[in-house]
Amino acid sequence: MSHIILLGMNHKTAPVEIREQLAVACRKEVNPLGMLPNLEHVEELVFLSTCNRVEFLFTCGAISEGISEVKALLRTHVGLPTSLPLDSYLYVHKDLEAVKHLFMVASSLDSMVVGEPQILGQLKEAYRFAVEFRTVKTVLNRLMHKAFSVAKRVRTETCIGSCAVSVSYAAVELARKIFGQVKDKRVLLIGAGEMAELAADHFLRQGVRSMVVANRTLERSIELAARFNAETVPFDSLLEELKTTDIVVSSTGAREPIIGYRDVKARMRERRNRPLFFIDIAVPRDIDPKVNEIDNVYVYDIDDLQGVIEFNKEERLSQARTAEHIIDEETIKFRNWMESLSAVPTIVSVREKAERIRQNEVRKTFSQLPDLNDREREAIEVLTSSILKKLLHDPIMFLKRKAQRDSLAVYMDFTQQLFNLIEGMDEVDAPQAENEKADDQVFLKAAKK
Amino acid sequence: MESLFLVIATLCYLSGTIGYLVYLLRDREVLHRISWSILLAGALFHGAALVMLTIETGHFPVTSIQEAISLFAWVFVVTYLVIQIKLQLRILGSFVSPLAVIFMISSQLLPTKAILRNGSSGSGWLIAHVASIFLANALFAVLFSLGIMYLLQERRIKKKNFGLLYERLPSLERIDSIAHVCLLSGFPLMTAGLITGFAYAAMVWRSPWNWDPKEVLSVVTWMIYAILVHERLTVGWRGRRAAWLAIIGFLATVLTFVLASLLLSGHHSVISGNLYG
Repeated sequence: MSHIILLGMNHKTAPVEIREQLAVACRKEVNPLGMLPNLEHVEELVFLSTCNRVEFLFTCGAISEGISEVKALLRTHVGLPTSLPLDSYLYVHKDLEAVKHLFMVASSLDSMVVGEPQILGQLKEAYRFAVEFRTVKTVLNRLMHKAFSVAKRVRTETCIGSCAVSVSYAAVELARKIFGQVKDKRVLLIGAGEMAELAADHFLRQGVRSMVVANRTLERSIELAARFNAETVPFDSLLEELKTTDIVVSSTGAREPIIGYRDVKARMRERRNRPLFFIDIAVPRDIDPKVNEIDNVYVYDIDDLQGVIEFNKEERLSQARTAEHIIDEETIKFRNWMESLSAVPTIVSVREKAERIRQNEVRKTFSQLPDLNDREREAIEVLTSSILKKLLHDPIMFLKRKAQRDSLAVYMDFTQQLFNLIEGMDEVDAPQAENEKADDQVFLKAAKK
Repeated sequence: MESLFLVIATLCYLSGTIGYLVYLLRDREVLHRISWSILLAGALFHGAALVMLTIETGHFPVTSIQEAISLFAWVFVVTYLVIQIKLQLRILGSFVSPLAVIFMISSQLLPTKAILRNGSSGSGWLIAHVASIFLANALFAVLFSLGIMYLLQERRIKKKNFGLLYERLPSLERIDSIAHVCLLSGFPLMTAGLITGFAYAAMVWRSPWNWDPKEVLSVVTWMIYAILVHERLTVGWRGRRAAWLAIIGFLATVLTFVLASLLLSGHHSVISGNLYG
């Protein structure tokens, strides 16, 4: 039976330098998915890369071999020296943990700003590539679709999504209370992230004409600059930019604050004390909280902004708990489906279904022929049973033989569809609602067992 | 007749203030318009009373501290009404009108003893002195209100603790820029007021500087504003510190105006007025 493994790093585990290097390498024309045929132990593969995370989702029969192959793929693809201790930045989730993690990512619970909307689109994009490269089969296909529907469920059943959007709205409103008009102000965008881009977008729509982008990687800078019609500055000289900008949106994901008390204090005189507004979206923070103590300087981090909108902390926590509950529930449902993919339960359900049909039909026949005596009845029972047995013998033997193979899941899934073991189960690209219906039935069935 | 007008004016200021305080809590434009109109009516009655007083006594109504504060209250209200027309910062009324009421009521409560024996003796110099000083102080009183508004709003944004006031108060930059205008127009007027005051003193007492406590306090006040203007123009001083200094400056002005006249000896004060009389 194959395992689902999720290997990757995000803003919590890896310093931004490493993550950016990865993300840049992964934006090259060569998609790591193309390397799948070279990986002996890996069966299916999905590759997700965003500003704050790089993740490989794959299935394999042998766990340790699979993991080391994917790690090697990561190294060679990015061109990291073997001396670099990659392991300390990586997390590896197996089976249920991996499923849960993917669901968390898809529902934006694992994001830097919980609830930011972009991640789902990025995940869909990753899936689209995987389909294009034909690297997803039964398990990941289903898992990815499941992840999308979980994300949708979390979004509709909790208000986590509306939280993130209103955060960037709150940032613009605050800027208005400080500056009055934001049109003639200069906005500096440090680092990149879904949330920062959302905020930048908001400022643009408010008529901001002057925007500067500072990023550690030039390619990313240029990309963002083109999108926001902005200038670029080298990352190292961003402190000098503080003299001319009014609003700073920062989300670098650096471990330590990149702008300290003295950096700002020293430049306020040159700014002629014009107000300076920092929007610190990064976790951990990019701007030293002490900067807020400087006159005419206002620092708002993500918690402050979330505090601005009516959502109080407790409300948000309870929303997060609800979301996690949904995810746990969906993870269990997925586990049940996964378990049904192994040979024995499939064979059992094939037999059960056949037997159920036989009994029904025999009962109908008996009720139409009330004159049959016991011997005749017994003969009919034996007859039908042996027909079934003979008919099912070959398919069951086939499944048992395949039970040792890596491709087991494919056959099991196919068998289940062939015999319609899970009623209403459609092809993976069927509309989501039907998928969900199918899932519920899997769940119910599993519960009955 | 004029005392009736003064009472009507006081009542107008009072109801205008109440209107503006309600406006602070409830964002209804009609509240602002009504309150502003009431203040305007008050200013008209007040002005009429002052004119009648001048005609009756034959000199400007600045011969007693009561008259002086009353006149100042009138200048202050008119200044506010004009600023409102020019700048359209409605919420400013909620912070300015209470001051007008305080000035008006304190002018009724303070003693009516004469400061100057004869207000008309100084001719043009005295008129110029009083006019420019009063106008400057009216602008500084508005500056004081703006300073309070700024500090309230700044505190809310800095401490990330929002309330009703945060919604109602304008942006920091807006408050600050209006304060800038008030300061830069008030300061030259105050300077002119001091110079004409010295000229008047030189004429009446044959010496421009007499170590009169009011003179000393005036110069101290002037210096506070001078620092504020200087720092603003050179290093762009603004925000919290500027707001505090504007508040301190105005408190010093009030001290100069009221305390020096009441308690300290000198030719601006009540006692010296008696001496001269």
